[in-house]
Amino acid sequence: MEKIIAGIPVEVNEEGYMTNFSQWNKDIGKALAAEANISLSPRHWEVISYIQDEFRKEVPLSIRKIGKSGVVDIKEFYALFPNAPLKTATKIAGIPKPASCI
Amino acid sequence: MNEYNGEIRKMMIILSKATLENVYAAFVLANGARMEGIEAEMFFTFFGLEAVHKKKLEHLHVATVGNPAMHMPTLLGGLPGVEALATSMMKKEMEKIDMPDVHEFLDILTASGVKLWACKLAMEMFHYKKEDMYEGLDGVLTVGDFYKQGSGLGTHMLFI
Repeated sequence: MEKIIAGIPVEVNEEGYMTNFSQWNKDIGKALAAEANISLSPRHWEVISYIQDEFRKEVPLSIRKIGKSGVVDIKEFYALFPNAPLKTATKIAGIPKPASCI
Repeated sequence: MNEYNGEIRKMMIILSKATLENVYAAFVLANGARMEGIEAEMFFTFFGLEAVHKKKLEHLHVATVGNPAMHMPTLLGGLPGVEALATSMMKKEMEKIDMPDVHEFLDILTASGVKLWACKLAMEMFHYKKEDMYEGLDGVLTVGDFYKQGSGLGTHMLFI
């Protein structure tokens, strides 16, 4: 389905995750963050660009991997993206929801 | 369903066994709750205490006896070395699927905001002291205290 985010029509799935990463830009990221009641600080952006890099490398994301990334530790990750950090961060980053149990 | 439309707000997970498969099941459920934005607290009681006992948590084993899913005759499961072999095989498989070891998993749980409680009665029964336990343990509680921790709408309890 299509949704207007930051004034641009964007393809999303039924949970609101973007299905075409090439449509993503920083304004869309900000708008998606606002939907999750998050205003993005430079730390948020660092984490978002890390998970986008991992996505481009086709590396599956997990909480454990985020914790070992050297970019952010697990505690800070939960503080930056409260309530379901991996789901929230990937949604803002414009990539699919990770199918990870850990 | 009227309380939060039946939404789960908090998982209270009681771990009463320290076989590796049960410990992992409990940890994955607690961590998975946090990943979904659900609060999680764990209560370690009886043998479950070994999962948060500093000296024991690195040496937990898979149950090869009395575990029908091992598809192993009970007699064979009881032979020396069989449990150790099954455990090392399981640990290898765990590593392949990016599953942390017990200590690292505890670190992940505490960093994720999972509260870890030891059962007072079981601590006394096994003569364990707070300093024998994993440093991230939040405290030692009575059953009543643990129930109090779980008060509020949308709380679910799970016994493993």
